[in-house]
Amino acid sequence: MAIKPKPNELLSAINYAPPQKQWMDNPVEFKKGYYCYGAKPKNLEYIGFPNGREWNSADQDWKLVDNWKEIFLEGMENLLKKFRSFRLFMDICVRCGACADKCHFFIGTGDPKNMPVLRAELLRSIYRRYFTVAGKLGKIAGARDLTEDVFKEIWYYYYQCTECRRCSVFCPYGIDQAEITMMGRELINLLGCCTDWISGPLANCYRTGNHLGLQPHTIKSNFDYMLDDLEEHTGVRVEPTFNRKGAEILFVTPSADFFAEPGVFTCMGYLLLFHYLGLDYTWSTYASEGGNFGFFTSNEMMKRLNSKIYAESKRLGVKWILGGECGHMWRVLHQYMDTMNGPADHLEAPVSPFTGTKFENAKSTKMVHISEFTADLIKHGKLKLDKSRNDNLNVTFHDSCNTSRGMGIFEEPRYIINSVCNHFHEMPDSTTRENTFCCGSGSGLNAGEIEELRMLGGLPRANAVKYVKEKHGVNMLSCICAIDRAVLPPLIDYWMPDVGVCGVSELLGNALIMPGEKERENNLRGEPLPGMEEKGEEE
Amino acid sequence: MGMIFSLIAVIVLVAVAFVGTQLHLSGLFGVAIPYLAFLVFIAGFVRKVIKWGQSPVPFHIPTTCGQQKSLPWIKQSKLDNPSTTLQVIGRMALEVLLFRSLFRNIKTHRTDGGPVYGSNKWLWLGGLAFHVTFFVVFIRHLRFFTEPVPAWVNMLDAVDGFVQVGVPHMLITGVVLLAAATYLLLRRIFNSQVQYISLAADYFPLFLIIGIALTGILMRYFIKVDIVKVKELTMGLATFKATVPDGIGSIFFIHLFLISVLFAYFPFSKLMHLAGVFMSPTRNLANNSRAVRHINPWNPKVHLHTYEEYEDEFREVMKSEGIPVEKE
Repeated sequence: MAIKPKPNELLSAINYAPPQKQWMDNPVEFKKGYYCYGAKPKNLEYIGFPNGREWNSADQDWKLVDNWKEIFLEGMENLLKKFRSFRLFMDICVRCGACADKCHFFIGTGDPKNMPVLRAELLRSIYRRYFTVAGKLGKIAGARDLTEDVFKEIWYYYYQCTECRRCSVFCPYGIDQAEITMMGRELINLLGCCTDWISGPLANCYRTGNHLGLQPHTIKSNFDYMLDDLEEHTGVRVEPTFNRKGAEILFVTPSADFFAEPGVFTCMGYLLLFHYLGLDYTWSTYASEGGNFGFFTSNEMMKRLNSKIYAESKRLGVKWILGGECGHMWRVLHQYMDTMNGPADHLEAPVSPFTGTKFENAKSTKMVHISEFTADLIKHGKLKLDKSRNDNLNVTFHDSCNTSRGMGIFEEPRYIINSVCNHFHEMPDSTTRENTFCCGSGSGLNAGEIEELRMLGGLPRANAVKYVKEKHGVNMLSCICAIDRAVLPPLIDYWMPDVGVCGVSELLGNALIMPGEKERENNLRGEPLPGMEEKGEEE
Repeated sequence: MGMIFSLIAVIVLVAVAFVGTQLHLSGLFGVAIPYLAFLVFIAGFVRKVIKWGQSPVPFHIPTTCGQQKSLPWIKQSKLDNPSTTLQVIGRMALEVLLFRSLFRNIKTHRTDGGPVYGSNKWLWLGGLAFHVTFFVVFIRHLRFFTEPVPAWVNMLDAVDGFVQVGVPHMLITGVVLLAAATYLLLRRIFNSQVQYISLAADYFPLFLIIGIALTGILMRYFIKVDIVKVKELTMGLATFKATVPDGIGSIFFIHLFLISVLFAYFPFSKLMHLAGVFMSPTRNLANNSRAVRHINPWNPKVHLHTYEEYEDEFREVMKSEGIPVEKE
């Protein structure tokens, strides 16, 4: 898995000086390690996407359909009519350059076409050429013909954007490259040119209810492993239910949380919390995915995958929905779900059964974030916590892009961390909260074949972690995102090893004093708790 | 290429106006073109805004730049993450009047140890100085289109001339406008990243505005024109009784022509950010999408993979795991 270039080689190769020639005169060059494999036809077929075929993104010939250009331009016209954001963002950019050095991919690669403004110009040049009068003048008007090379260039760079919205924070008009990338990817999907890494999970999720393609029995057995581990560490047997009708709450989280480390430790944290509370809740195998790769494909596909959550909540007759820790999942739930698949009239406005708190901010969508739920419990003194169990951890917190800039959940997780840990240190301001840096692998870019790109995209985040590691001895990077939990460990290992990655609920699970627990010797990872190290050795 | 092209374009425009006045086409340059330009401006501006308005805002996508409103004891960042219309107005006011987002600007520096970030307020300062002074200069010019001149316009003039240098008093905004526009131009030329992204459409309005400011300053302090006659002409335009008095210098017509070009060019250019900033869905929406349902007028009908289909495929394994099913 490890990529060939050493960190210092990649670092010293970064150069922010753009080439001499104008950008339109520099054709795209497909660099190995920077682009994904193409979608397999069987996956596209399964979800009813057009123009699937055997093709290879590394080949010269992409086997595009004959009328690909008309499809692209018609699609573009359609999107311009449907999205004010798109039309506006095509028209009003003044190219002030404020966004230029805000993109983690630009900071990491130095490729000028990764400046958000230029990534947008790749598409804007087509807009001008085909949808404005001045664009008929061609290059001098910033316009160019749509050719196969131009399409490939758009493809190449629109899968070097993680839709993190950092550029949008700094833009004086709020132009959001994430939005433009989403439009570009809609067009790419009309031509069957999705990536393999995105289309596989899409088809999985449509069929099995989750991106990883876990079928009901696999989900169940994954849980059994976690429950056994929990029993070993805490002496408490937790017994969650699945697809149970009449539960008060449906809990939905990314499937990665019950699939692999370190996500499973976060999941153990949820399980302990719900058991501690005696929460009347259920998991669902049908709606077993909080994340939504449709979001990286088309608004329709996003709606199709997301629909399962409300549908399942209705079938099971729950009162409201609780959601686990995930970034883009929460952007979709917060900003899209109610619009797409609401109104959720079959549900009730969420009220915490333990504190009586009405979650006014979620009264229409009826879905509450686990950090909101937990912070409220702690504030009301409903949880018995032993902070010292996390004393071996020196924690920092990574704000995930989507929950930061598409929601604004900053204080809730910090409140939880400070309630369950004694040692917490912030990364520098220019890299946290609304200024946070992406992990470099969001929006469906967590593909093995683009590891070099991902290491570079994640460099700004990793470098900020390095800073607090050196300054405060930080050894644990916490977050509230499943993609982060999957991709930050290899990123951190690459740039500066010896910092772990965990979900906030894992830290909570460590500190939570469970009723009837045995003397806790291990944390949720099975590592000895502070002060228990020797005991472990004796055994 | 874009820069040279734009510079030449503006020089040609100046020459056209100069030659025009030499050929005694002052009726064309003093009346017809300004009227036409103004019409194009209004029609084009309205058309563009309507065009934007015709595309709906299907999803609720504010960019949140501060703490959300959630639990009552957590302090919300009301101006950077507004949850009510009033707070949105506050956010927009900060954005439009003080360039809130540009004020955030930071600069990334490359070091051997990786990227580091430093404060960078120059673009904010230059941009704000440019826009504020442009606006004041625009308002000041109302004295050419009103009779009697409203007291507040005179007052603005007096404040603007507070330094009391020269005769007539130097108006500070004109000078700052020229300086700020020049800064924005130089930045575009010498900052290699900005230069790389710049198009002719970025240089052209800057050259045009610098031309307008220069001719204005020249006219006021150096190549004097008969200001009474100028006012006669501008009042004629304002009252639809157009007259072109003889003996106004060419410099005035060059000034007026460049302004006419700016007006006519405006609706077809990036300058429409003036209207666009108010319509940007990442800024003008409250972050309350979980509390109030946002409606998508074209919410599509889509194929769904229903629970029934799911259970049909997985019923046996569900049963064997003790997971409840609808149909036994």
